[in-house]
Amino acid sequence: MTTTAPRPPAPAPLTPPSAPTTVRSVRRIAFSQTLSRWDVKVSPYLYISPFFILFAITGLFPLAYTAWVSVHEWNLIGGQGDFVGLDNFAFVLSNPPFWIALRNTFSIFLISAVPQVLLALLIAAVLDRNLRAKTFWRMGVLLPYVVAPVAVTLIFSNMFGDQYGLINNVLSDLGIDPIGWHSEVLPSHVAIATMVNFRWTGYTALILLAGMQAIPRDYYEAAMIDGAGTIRQFFSITIPQLRPTLIFVIVTSTIGGLQIFDEPRLYDQTGQGGASGQWMTITIYLYNLGWGQLNFGRAAAVAWLLFLIIIIVGLINVAITRSIARAS
Amino acid sequence: MSTGYGLLETARPSRRRRVDNGQRPGWLGYGFLTAVLLGSMFPLYWSFLIGSGDASTINQQDIVWWPGGNFLANAAAVLEADSVNFWKAIGNSIIVSTVVSASVVLFSTLAGFAFAKLRFRGRAGLLVFVIATMAVPTQLGVVPLFIVMSQLQLAGTLWAVILPAVVSAFGVFWMTQYLSQALPYELIEAARVDGASMIRTFWSVALPAARPAAAMLALFIFIATWTNFFWPFIVLDRQNPTLPVALSLLQSNYFVDYSIVMAGVILSTIPLLILFVVAGRHLVSGIMQGAVKG
Repeated sequence: MTTTAPRPPAPAPLTPPSAPTTVRSVRRIAFSQTLSRWDVKVSPYLYISPFFILFAITGLFPLAYTAWVSVHEWNLIGGQGDFVGLDNFAFVLSNPPFWIALRNTFSIFLISAVPQVLLALLIAAVLDRNLRAKTFWRMGVLLPYVVAPVAVTLIFSNMFGDQYGLINNVLSDLGIDPIGWHSEVLPSHVAIATMVNFRWTGYTALILLAGMQAIPRDYYEAAMIDGAGTIRQFFSITIPQLRPTLIFVIVTSTIGGLQIFDEPRLYDQTGQGGASGQWMTITIYLYNLGWGQLNFGRAAAVAWLLFLIIIIVGLINVAITRSIARAS
Repeated sequence: MSTGYGLLETARPSRRRRVDNGQRPGWLGYGFLTAVLLGSMFPLYWSFLIGSGDASTINQQDIVWWPGGNFLANAAAVLEADSVNFWKAIGNSIIVSTVVSASVVLFSTLAGFAFAKLRFRGRAGLLVFVIATMAVPTQLGVVPLFIVMSQLQLAGTLWAVILPAVVSAFGVFWMTQYLSQALPYELIEAARVDGASMIRTFWSVALPAARPAAAMLALFIFIATWTNFFWPFIVLDRQNPTLPVALSLLQSNYFVDYSIVMAGVILSTIPLLILFVVAGRHLVSGIMQGAVKG
């Protein structure tokens, strides 16, 4: 029995020859503990640092540096010139094309965002029902999302062709006069808004659907007991409950929509936004100043102005969405 | 954990709900969805109609509703065009999209692991900062970005497109959300007790747990990079484009043959259509969980 019993731990060595080894191993343990403590302390910062460093260099710094460029004379070729104060801003604000671009940008944004959200709400409401082949329908509405805006634009600018375009052909078959989808202001905005909505409506609908599914079903049961119909339920429960989701959708579409570039840039071959700027947007104006006229100072001024506009409109949108959702 | 898509549990229908809201939509609902679906598909079909015809197809008064037989010839014309290096554009798009999605996933998972599971001073404030930056239109920094890239001699190279995209505030937020609920503290502690260093813990415990969300993030970043136009268009040369830039060059020729432009559109869209068929359901659940945009 005693032979199988585990041997008691060896007594701590007392003999001098083994003493140094112990000291060394104790030190080693202490060292590795310090190391491990440092590991715990420093690692989190190490892990988040790539994001912060790279974002600072490629995101925040350029944005801030835009302000510096905007108060200087600055050419693509010559580089930084004299400090000119607010001259670049004064030029841009007194330049008629800027105001045309501003008008077009807002017009396209409104024509796309409002119908998009309304249609997406409708799609989401139907998808929220107990559908057969749910995943199929959800994927179906998302299909346009994988088509690049550039590709969407090339397809639609062909369909919206003034002379041989599909849409005008169909209109003339119906006995309606062809519409100047490229030559006129409002029709060109409608065409560009259609491209935006083609790509994003299904996407927005899925976001709204997620919001709808988070609404507790008891609310609807209670409403049904009170005799509220489907429509009444939609306006009295769904819309108010969707407020955070709606705010998210509207803010993100504002940030994206006011910077619109791909669609108007490729709506015709020249990319200038139409012969008389019918569909020239702010970002196209920015691009033309910077890489057409090689005037970076003015382009930077436009970038800052657009930045301010986006912030202001974003805040207004949040306020409007809040009040709409509260009212209904 | 087994399904891996439980980022926002509230966004998923509970079993109870399905019983309650058992109303199946009538023919009106299905009819409406069918119309939406046809609207989603029609422009793609139209591009194939034009892209499989010849230069005269577009000019006919009577609309042809059946594809012609010239698609392969048109596609070959795109690939061999002198004005546009389409092969190079395909290669460039693959390189840029792959590198960007891989790096975004790596850096986002690293930061997400730290934000979700590690304690450190300033964590809450820094996380709020990350979320706030999601709303910053960094695209407006193009002017200085171009100046910097020119000075670094990177303008015109793929690096100029890759570098500004290697991190994403959205990605960090997404991975933080996911890891904070999908990775139990016990697993991390067990690894630590076994003597694993922090980075080892990340590599062997956090990274495998993050895989479903990481795959989804990679998918979205890949699509966003593949379809991105504004910055690549500014900074890349005509000889070294990505696909959207190459498409814009196809169209800006003096004489536009739409059958060739549309063949280019189809060629550049096919890879993402394949991706959509394979991973479309993950895209759907990704959007519904995280409400991604852009």
